[in-house]
Amino acid sequence: MLKVIYILWLRQLKRYVRSKARMISSLGQPLLFLFAMWFGFGPIFQKAGGGNYLEFLVPGIIAMSVLFTAMFMGMEVIWDRQFGFLKETLVAPVSRLTIMIGRTLGGATVAVAQGIIIFLITLLVGFRLDNLWMLPLAFLFMFLLSVLFTAFGTAIASVMEDMHAFPIIMNFLIMPMFFLSGALFPLDGLPKSIATITYFNPVSYGVDGLRASLTMTTHFGITLDLIFLTGSIALIFAIGAYLFSKIQV
Amino acid sequence: MNRENNKIIEVKNLTKKFNGLTAVNNISFSVKKGEIFAFLGPNGAGKTTTIKMLTTLLKPTSGKLFLNNFDVSKEKDEVRKSFGIVFQDPSLDDELTAYENLEFHGILYNVEAKLRKERIEQLLKFVGLWDRKDDLVKKYSGGMKRRLEIARGLVHHPKILFLDEPTLGLDPQTRKNIWDYIVKLNKEEQMTIFFTTHYIGEAERVADIVAVIDHGKILKQETPAKLKKETKTRTLEDAFLKLTGKQIREEEASSMDTLRMGRRMWRR
Repeated sequence: MLKVIYILWLRQLKRYVRSKARMISSLGQPLLFLFAMWFGFGPIFQKAGGGNYLEFLVPGIIAMSVLFTAMFMGMEVIWDRQFGFLKETLVAPVSRLTIMIGRTLGGATVAVAQGIIIFLITLLVGFRLDNLWMLPLAFLFMFLLSVLFTAFGTAIASVMEDMHAFPIIMNFLIMPMFFLSGALFPLDGLPKSIATITYFNPVSYGVDGLRASLTMTTHFGITLDLIFLTGSIALIFAIGAYLFSKIQV
Repeated sequence: MNRENNKIIEVKNLTKKFNGLTAVNNISFSVKKGEIFAFLGPNGAGKTTTIKMLTTLLKPTSGKLFLNNFDVSKEKDEVRKSFGIVFQDPSLDDELTAYENLEFHGILYNVEAKLRKERIEQLLKFVGLWDRKDDLVKKYSGGMKRRLEIARGLVHHPKILFLDEPTLGLDPQTRKNIWDYIVKLNKEEQMTIFFTTHYIGEAERVADIVAVIDHGKILKQETPAKLKKETKTRTLEDAFLKLTGKQIREEEASSMDTLRMGRRMWRR
């Protein structure tokens, strides 16, 4: 079973490394947000007493890159279905759960790699870590967020016949989750209704965990971040595994 | 010995409906261990749908399926261990090399490392792709992909091998080589072969038993010789035409096919 998980994981990695165009284009969006927000809102943020905006923004941008890459990786199931390769894995004498685990770990690894690349780029433009010893914790949060959204992407892709609904999912589900996560703006002082939504948004806890480990500022506290994220993973992964096991080709 | 055990594939009253359209209509048949079984029918007759149900990819609307004495709807993992399949449509990973595709398959089917290496080399040489083994599959031509799919289906030696139009689009030389190899596997390893084809001549040459299906119903199941005799025809192709008529069939494209076509256009 481990060998099977390994080969599924390796496949995702090879595909990622080989398609340079995809790699570069998926770095583009977070970088665009980084610079647009930083140059646009940086001075205002400072004037309003929020401090250094770059420091606030970077964990959010890393989360963004992880979130979108993971989602894409999860939804690759649709491409595999389209190109027929999914059938090859579905008729193999391997449980669907094993396939789901392999795919999810592979997708999550790619998403973490994208997050790390973004992180390195932010170091180049002037972002500074507060505490180097907290870096492994930051990686852990990237990983949890990746697993969560790869599984989420897989769950959605399992019930989708084709790509038509893909932009809808991205624009009406993932984008709002991202904007309502405190990635770009602080969560303090939001209207009550909006604040409530952010409390149920797992992205909020991923962003907060990253912010806590990279810049030592937190809204929910690291413990709550970890609990909420692992809880969400357990739930979403179970749903994803169930839906994936029901796929008919 | 229990007579039932002799039947490696058993289908009882199998029906599959898609939104009111009946693709497979209450069919029953069985295949004996070690047999080469040809499943013939015009386009849209229900061949691929039946294979998909036999290989756990589709759930039947009603009916019972047994493979290697395992219930297909209940003992899926056992069933999946029993068979190998070469699909009708492409199912390779374009972003992997030929070698990687076969290796992936070998690991999925738990073929032990040394044997896996040997078989992959032997098969790639056999289908004439050994020199190109490290090329990405997306650089392959249609015929090369087809050969690679067949090689992949043979990496593990299953008890039952399903071949859904395996030789479609291949030249006569390659087709002959491939069939010789499959017949050899059948003889040496007692591998049961279940295949569909539109090259009726292939079925006439290799098949022990031929089943003719049309409009989701099985019309006949006989040895090729008997079938010719019964229909008073000289070749199996004539017998086939006599049974199924000369009308040209239309196949309904699924949303997946349309999508695939769109994708292809997009890429060119």
